[in-house]
This record gives sequence, C-alpha cells and structure tokens, in this order.
Amino acid sequence: MIYREAGQFKMTYASDQAIFPIVQDRWLVAIGIVAAFVVPPLVANEYWLQAVLIPFLVYALAAIGLNLLTGYAGQLSLGTGGFMAVGGYAAFKLTMAFPWLDIIVVFLLSGVIAAGVGLVFGIPSLRIKGFYLAVATLAAQFFLVWLFNKVPWFVNYASSGTITAPNRAVAGLMVTGPNATAQTRYVVALALVAVFALVAKNLVRGRVGRSWMAIRDRDIAAEIIGVRPLQTKLLAFGISSFYCGVAGAELVFLYLGSAETLAFDITLSFLVLFMVIIGGLGSVLGSFLGAGFIVLVPIFLTNVPHLIGLPLPVALQKQMELMVFGGLIIFFLIVEPLGLARLWQITKEKLRLWPFPH
Amino acid sequence: MPEGAEPLLTVTDVSVRFGALLALNRVSLQIERGEVVAIIGPNGAGKTTLLNVISGFYHAYEGRIVFAGRDRTRLAPPDVAALGIARTFQNVALFKGMTVLDNIMTGRILKMRGSFLLEALYWGPAKRQELHHRAFVERIIDFLEIQPIRKTLAGRLPYGLQKRVELARALAAEPTLLLLDEPMAGMNVEEKEDMCRFILDVNSEFGTTIALIEHDMGVVMDISDRVAVLDYGRKIADGRPDQVRKDQAVLDAYLGVSHE
Amino acid sequence: MSNILYGVFLAPFKDMAGSPAFLAEVLIGGIFAGLLYSLVALGFVLIFKASGVFNFAQGVMVLFAALTLVGLMERGVPVPAALLLTAAVMLALAFVIERVVLRPLVNQPYIILFMATIGLNFFLEGFGEMLWGANVKKLDVGIPDRSFIVAGVQINQLELFAAVTAAILVAVLAVFFQRTRIGRALRAVADDHEAALSIGIPLKTIWVIVWAVAGGVALVAGIMWGAKSGVQFSLSLIALKALPVLILGGFTSIPGAVVGGLIVGVGEKLGEVYWGPLVGGAIENWFAYVVALAFLLVRPQGLFGEKIIERV
Repeated sequence: MIYREAGQFKMTYASDQAIFPIVQDRWLVAIGIVAAFVVPPLVANEYWLQAVLIPFLVYALAAIGLNLLTGYAGQLSLGTGGFMAVGGYAAFKLTMAFPWLDIIVVFLLSGVIAAGVGLVFGIPSLRIKGFYLAVATLAAQFFLVWLFNKVPWFVNYASSGTITAPNRAVAGLMVTGPNATAQTRYVVALALVAVFALVAKNLVRGRVGRSWMAIRDRDIAAEIIGVRPLQTKLLAFGISSFYCGVAGAELVFLYLGSAETLAFDITLSFLVLFMVIIGGLGSVLGSFLGAGFIVLVPIFLTNVPHLIGLPLPVALQKQMELMVFGGLIIFFLIVEPLGLARLWQITKEKLRLWPFPH
Repeated sequence: MPEGAEPLLTVTDVSVRFGALLALNRVSLQIERGEVVAIIGPNGAGKTTLLNVISGFYHAYEGRIVFAGRDRTRLAPPDVAALGIARTFQNVALFKGMTVLDNIMTGRILKMRGSFLLEALYWGPAKRQELHHRAFVERIIDFLEIQPIRKTLAGRLPYGLQKRVELARALAAEPTLLLLDEPMAGMNVEEKEDMCRFILDVNSEFGTTIALIEHDMGVVMDISDRVAVLDYGRKIADGRPDQVRKDQAVLDAYLGVSHE
Repeated sequence: MSNILYGVFLAPFKDMAGSPAFLAEVLIGGIFAGLLYSLVALGFVLIFKASGVFNFAQGVMVLFAALTLVGLMERGVPVPAALLLTAAVMLALAFVIERVVLRPLVNQPYIILFMATIGLNFFLEGFGEMLWGANVKKLDVGIPDRSFIVAGVQINQLELFAAVTAAILVAVLAVFFQRTRIGRALRAVADDHEAALSIGIPLKTIWVIVWAVAGGVALVAGIMWGAKSGVQFSLSLIALKALPVLILGGFTSIPGAVVGGLIVGVGEKLGEVYWGPLVGGAIENWFAYVVALAFLLVRPQGLFGEKIIERV
C-alpha cells in the first residue's frame, strides 16, 4: 500500500475533523491496535511483557495525563507521582473494603478520587503561574507521599507498610494479584490506555482542548473571548489527575504487584515529565513515544554494551541514563519542542511525497 | 439609528489610576448602535486603557459603564465577552500554538454548550455542535479570504495575516460591539485597504457596532462615523470627522503635531 | 478534642518555656539549616535577576561543586589548589551552559527555559557522579566538628564558621550588586533585556558572569553542607527547599532569600520538634512547601519581591 492522499477529497467537515483524516492512517492504526492486542500475548516472553510492555502502557497513560495538563493547558506540574500515589492507594483501599467490586470499576473510581485531590491542589493555579505553580505542585508531591507513609490506615495497618494487589478476576479471568498472568495484565492495561487515549484525543480536538490551549498560549486573549481561567485550569487538573490516578492504580495492580510510597516519590514525577517533553508537549501520540523511549533507554544501556562485549557497571548505567535523559530534554527543547511526535510527523510528510521530493 | 433610542454603550466619568498615574480622568463616551467610532490621540493618551476598562481587564475607580441598558462597571473579561463585546489587541494576541481554524473556533466558545463527558466520546450532541460551529467559522474564513491558511499554525503567519485572523476570531463570537486596538498598525497600504474594506463590511453586513483605535488619520477620516479624541487621559473632542478635524483643541494637542 | 487543642496550641509552648536551652539549640540548628537554604536560594536569585531564568539546577550545582572539590582533594590535590581548580571548573561550566543551553533558548517562554534547567539538573547529576563516583564522601575543611557551651547552650564550631561565612558572602554580594559597575549592569539587564542591549551592555558576558557567580555561591554552599553531612546525592534534593524559600522571600530580592531561608529553616525545625510528634514526625519534608503554598495565595510576590503588574 502506498502512502498517498491524492484523490481523497474531504466532502464534509466531519471527515476533515476526524482524528485520522487520511485513509491509510486509519487502516494502519486499526491494524496496529488489533496487532497490539493479539501479537505480544502470543509471542512475547514473560520478561518483555513484565519489564517492557506493561510499564510502557502504564507510563503512557500517566504521560497522557500530564500532557493534558502541561502540554495542552500549559500548567507545569511536578506532582505527578503524588497524584499517581492517590490512585494506587485509593485502589487498594477500595478493593480491600469492597472485594466484590469489579477491579476495572475500582481503577476508574481511584481515578475519580485522584481527580478530586488534583482539583484541590489545582486551586492555587488561579493566582499563580509558571514555576510558582510548579512549586505548589511540589507541595502536593511531598505532602501526599508523606501522608501515605505516615498514616497506617492507608496500608490497612500492614506492618511492612506496603500495599499488595490481591487476586481479582474480571469475567472469570484473573486480572490482578499473584495468580494473574502477564498476558492478562498486559491486555487489560492496553485496553485501558487505548480507550483513554481516544478520550484524550476527543477532548483536545474539541471545545475543552481549545480552551486549554488558549489559556496556555495567551491567557489574556483567552479570557476576552469568554474562556474562564479558573474553571478551565481546574478541569485540566481534574482530568489530568484522573489519568494519573488510574495509571497509579495500574502501576501497583498490573505492573509492580506491591508497592511502598517510595515507588511514587519525586523521581516518578520527573520521569513522567521527561516522557512528555521528549515525546512532545501537546501530543497524545508523543506521550506514547516518550513513554516508550524512557522505558527502552535503560534496557538499551544494559543490553547493547553487553552485546558488543563492553558491559557497563550498574552505577555507570544509572549515571549515563541520567545524562541521556537530561541531555535529550535540553536537546528537544532547543531543537524540537514538539518532541518525537513532531519528528514522526515530519517523516510522514516526507513519506507522502516520496520518492518525488517536490 | 432611530431617534431617541438609548446608546449601546455609555461610559460616564470613568477614571482609572495606576499608582500615582491617572491613566483616565473622568472620561465619558457614548457609542450608538451601528456606529463606527474611532478613538484617537497621542501615545499614552489612555486609548488602550479605555478599551481595557470596557473589556473588564482594569476596573474604574470612579464612573459607570452601561452596556445595552445595564450597569456593567465591574465585570470580569469573560463576563464582558458573554455580553457580546469582542476585541482585538494592539500587539496581536493570537494563540500561536494553534491552527488558524482552532483560533477562530475558540472564538465560538461562548456559543458552545455541553459537558466534557459527551465531548470525551465525541458523540451525539457534542459532535453535531462541533460541526455546526465549524460551518459557521468557515463562513467567516470565506468572508475574510483566509481559506488557504486554515490549517497553518497562527504563530507562523506574517503579521498582516495574524491581524486578520485575530479579527476573524473576534467575529466568530458574533459580537454586538467590536473593539479594535490599532487594527492596521504595521501594515502596508494594500493590507490597510483590505482591512478597511473588512471593517466596513462587518459593520454593514452584520450590523456590528465598532470602536477602533487608529493612528492613520486618513483611515480614521474615511471609515468612521464619529471620532473621539483623548489626550493625557481626558477626552478633548468628540464629533463627526470633519468637525474634529477643525477643532482647535485637537489641532493643538494632536493634529497640529502630525500635520503641519 | 480538647486533648488535640491542648497538643497543638499549648503543650509546644509549655515545652519551649520549660527548657529554654533546648529551644535555643533547636533555633540554632534551624538557623544553620536556614543559612544553607539561603545560600542555595541566593544562587537562584542571582540568575533569576539577571536573566529571568529560573534555574532548577542550582541544587545540583551545589552537589557538583562539592563533588569536584572532594574528588580533587581525594586525588591528593592540596586544599587551596583544589579550591581554585573547582572555582575554575564552575566558571567553565557557566561558559558551557550559556553557550549550549541558554543562547539557543533566548526569547523562549520562561517555562521552556525552566524545563531546560530541569534537564540540566539531571545531566549534571549523572555527569558529576560519573566523574567522581556516587558514594558518600567526607569533606574536611580543617574546622573541627566540635561544640562548645555558652550559657548552657551547645554551639557547634563548624556551624558557627559556616554562619559567619554565609553572612560575609551575602554582604559581599549585596555590595557587588549595589556599588559596582558590573552589578549595576546586571540590574539593568534584569529590568529590561532589550534596553540593556541597546545601551551596550553585552548580554552574553553578563549571563556568563551571573552563572559563574552562582557557581561560586554553589561552591560555598557545597563546602558547608558537605562538611556538615557529607557530600552525597541528597544534597541536590535538599536544595529543592530553596524553592519555597524563594516564594517566601521573593524571586528578585537578595535580603529576601536570606530572610526566607531563615524562616524556612527555623520554622521547619520548630515544627518538627514541637508539633511533628502529633502527626507522626518527618514533616520537615513538606512543611516548607505547604507554608510557601499558603503564602503564595496571600502574597504571590513574596515578602520582598516586586509586585507584578500585568500589562495587557
């Protein structure tokens, strides 16, 4: 199939407003989604599912959440880890208190609770902007993690201080807990991220997304055409925190299996921020690319030097990881603030013309 | 304009203060329905401040603003927008990271209703509403002849086109009163002519009342029904262009400097 | 209920009055921590004043300077030479940062520059540890970590020395900004980039100077902190506390950075010792941020900052 759009005329505004206006794109995406559901569970081994694909999907969901807030609405947050912690701990408390409740419903409710917390910490955004707001979100990060660490009620008084995902099934299939297979957990994570990526895409191409971007690009002009800054920013905080909350619940229930507050510390906030910047600010696709990139770099640094016979010491790997992430952040901000997503778009535009460059 | 009908906008004795600086000193201004009013004056005369106080960015510490028969002295900008007042800015305040189409669609925001939950699904009323407004926006795009740049990022456009897109965004709100802050600043002659034509067409086709700040006296004399002159935060003249042109106070303060 | 009220409003003050010597020690500990926060915050203020850049990497610059100094000393370089070399490294770093990070991002929104310094933060952390190793190091500056007792209050020699150094440094910087030609140029740049350029102030040079001075401040902070609690990664995290300090003091004020640092240092020590036990302790981690957050809502420009008037 050749990548061409010649002869595809958009006869209605509906077709012009579609997420993938080009027919080939629609087919590729459809095939890609089906393949993503079918192929990895059949061919990928436990290691790939558990160490690469599941964290990729979980982080992608969190990155979409942060991207809605930072990339679209322009409100920088360093509190992602804290909001994810709310999701993780809420899911634990909910499923322990109501074991009969469907675990997917538990995930969604955890997201709602995280959204509520996000709204509270979003209130200062009315009066403060930019890095002032970043400091406010740091308060959320440190306070929330401290809270879950100090109040034993959140871990059901477990002496270890950890929360552990219990066995929970959906339609007879074990989804979380020690008895759930990596394949099942992968499919559940994929289904959730696919649905929520679509929802995010719908939001950002409509009224809500435009008011977010308007506030981001020129808040004064946004107000004068009727965008209400407080409501708009709070909606962004709420929806973003919902995404982070669901991702936090998945982090515990589908990826780690059990977790302490350490799993949600400020390092996680920065990690998700890196995904958003490297992947592309203001791009849903970029959130996936960024998450994939951040998950793969450490694996690359572990395996490639080993393959060419120059194994790196673990400490050095860690340091190189930091340098690669830090260096790339600067690189992308300077060269291509729209990140990997923009590079992908450029490739596609070239491909449209290929092999005739003019 | 029918005899005896109340003015669309009445500004009465409005003063605005920044610290020790009195930016507006008991300024009064009436704008009748359907008029094109030009506000002129030297730099720092308080013209933009007047627009800002009308659109709710600054609040008057004394005086009253009445719009369409109701007191509107203390409103926030979004509430002013909801009344049907739209504006453009002196230094173009487009959303640079959004396409031209999205910029203009944002201008429809007050006409759009609905919950984000429906929009999340892009389903039913949400989708219909989106398409309905798209069709309206396309009419404005045709009207202002900017079809080819629909999908271009606003920040990448040349200055003259940015001004035109900003006008489009303001028009998308279907305002009753349109405030234009130097709509022709930095334009070449040809672009100015286009802009004049658009302003007059907006006024005659949509019946929109227009108040504009402009420095080009030729343009002001050509397109405005009435001219108000500000100097040092006070209004020193108000009348038909040919009257103002002859006004001695105006000649002293303003025209006397730029014309010989 | 009355128990809780008693615990929050009365008991802590009774404890304070009951043992004034202990209270004094807590206060001194708070002042010392506060001075260190102030020093880091000072680095932020310098860069922010002159370039409008909010340098998230200031904390890591402290770590980087301390790591470099200790690394050189461990390799047998005598102390004075090691100090000079480290200062040279910080100067070189300022040059590189200006050339590689700041210059290409001139005129970008501040939030982009802020994120770039987050990237810088992580790069420097990895780079510093790769050069000098990640294990905790003891920094010996020749001042014994001993205490003497004045009027029943323990005073640590090292802390006293650090406090005096910090006070001198602040005074020198204040004079530098107010009285010297370069200082005036710096303030001009802070007020208006374009205007400064148009009267012939070389922006690039100014940026290198502020980053170098901020690097020097970072070095001093690194020495003091490293001498007290060893040179280790947690230095850069503690340095994040400078953010609430800045909110309290205002982003553009040198005295503000000092006063804000002292408020945060003393406040969190008092809070931890007297109120912390009520909620299970370890409130030092978030106390400063929450205070800053509350403060932001009341007075966004800080105690000493200039009021921000938005132009439309």
